[in-house]
Amino acid sequence: MNVKWGALGEVASVSIGATVGVVVVFALGVWALAEREEAREQGAGATVPLVGAAACFAACAGAVLYGLYLIIPQFH
Amino acid sequence: MDHITFLVAMVIVTALAFDFTNGFHDTANAMATSIATGALRPKVAVAISGALNLVGAFLSTEVAKTISGGIVDDTLVTPGMIFAGLVGAILWNLSTWLLGLPSSSSHALFGGLIGAVWVGAGRHGVHFDKVVEKILIPAVASPLVAGLAALGATYLAYRITRRARPGTVSKGFRAGQIASASLVSLAHGTNDAQKTMGVITLALISCGALGHDAGPPVWVILTAGTAIALGTYIGGWRIIRTMGKGIVDIESPQGFAAESAATAVILTSANLGFALSTTQVCSGGILGAGIGRRLAEVRWGTAGQMALAWLVTLPAAAAVGALAAGVVVHGGTAGTVLIALAAVAVALVIVVLSRRNPVHADNVNSAPTTRLRPASPAGAAV
Repeated sequence: MNVKWGALGEVASVSIGATVGVVVVFALGVWALAEREEAREQGAGATVPLVGAAACFAACAGAVLYGLYLIIPQFH
Repeated sequence: MDHITFLVAMVIVTALAFDFTNGFHDTANAMATSIATGALRPKVAVAISGALNLVGAFLSTEVAKTISGGIVDDTLVTPGMIFAGLVGAILWNLSTWLLGLPSSSSHALFGGLIGAVWVGAGRHGVHFDKVVEKILIPAVASPLVAGLAALGATYLAYRITRRARPGTVSKGFRAGQIASASLVSLAHGTNDAQKTMGVITLALISCGALGHDAGPPVWVILTAGTAIALGTYIGGWRIIRTMGKGIVDIESPQGFAAESAATAVILTSANLGFALSTTQVCSGGILGAGIGRRLAEVRWGTAGQMALAWLVTLPAAAAVGALAAGVVVHGGTAGTVLIALAAVAVALVIVVLSRRNPVHADNVNSAPTTRLRPASPAGAAV
């Protein structure tokens, strides 16, 4: 029997890293969006949170596209 | 097409039936948490999932060259054994659906084949070291990894958004869930539909209707894709209820974390050549997301039942497969007909039993557990 412990460890660390990374970036985006809403209600400028949220969601969209690239065999 | 014998025709029909049960058993994997948190309306969720499963079936060109990935000796496998194995897998899938238990369709298929080959070809036809390497270790490791990933992600998601207003947070994560659930569905389509295509293609090769090393004909891709998509769209509401409401009280950040974890584990392991069960990965993710949020209620009883079902899936499907293989191998065509009729009868009984307490799109979120008997009216003796 030839158990690939190294590959298993790789799957574990890559999966955990990717999940935590994507969810943290997405959560930051949601947080920035909420900040923007509050700033607008108080009449303050809301450009910085908006740009921040856009950047976070763009990064997540990138992760989704990379996921699609991995799923669809015609791409590789 | 005149090469196709009666037995091969039976294999094709049962393979498509298995594909259908595979679809409705596994809708829950991708869509249960989105339905539970209200990210998607139930009917919309299963429609998206069904469509993506069909797309996935056409995308997966790399059809399994072996039925089992080396778990059984493919040179000893006859269409009769494949038929018996499929019957075992279908009946186990239907039984766990009746009980609302998310068990692995791949394990049911492997179990059915192992049982059928053991009886049909002898013990040496089953490679037990491969069973440990390809089934047992991923079965333990993958839900654990998905659970840890979802736990960490959930904890951080709640920490980051703890001061933000709850309405915006829950809306934002619900939108994210649509993307993450769709990715799980697509990955499922590319993986699971091709298993059935592989089974049908190998049966056709074994009877000479297709040349060796032939790919699946278009009609095989079309029927297998349609079967899994239809099953997905019909929706295994009983299992969706358990996964969405039964294990933990799930909120949208948890749903997003669980689905992201499942996607990450499925994609990384597929890239590195590990076969794993989508069901177990997704359940692990949901459990982890439940633990990751403080004060979230985790129903360990339901989680325990689920773990028990995972342990029993392979041997139970193997037992039915073995019984069926015994009758098919010794009974010839008459035996095959007998087993097919018996399987249809058992399937009908299960469907009738499920009618006593039906779960559907309208009541899927209204209770945490799927019961066999209808809840007794207030005041009635229990």
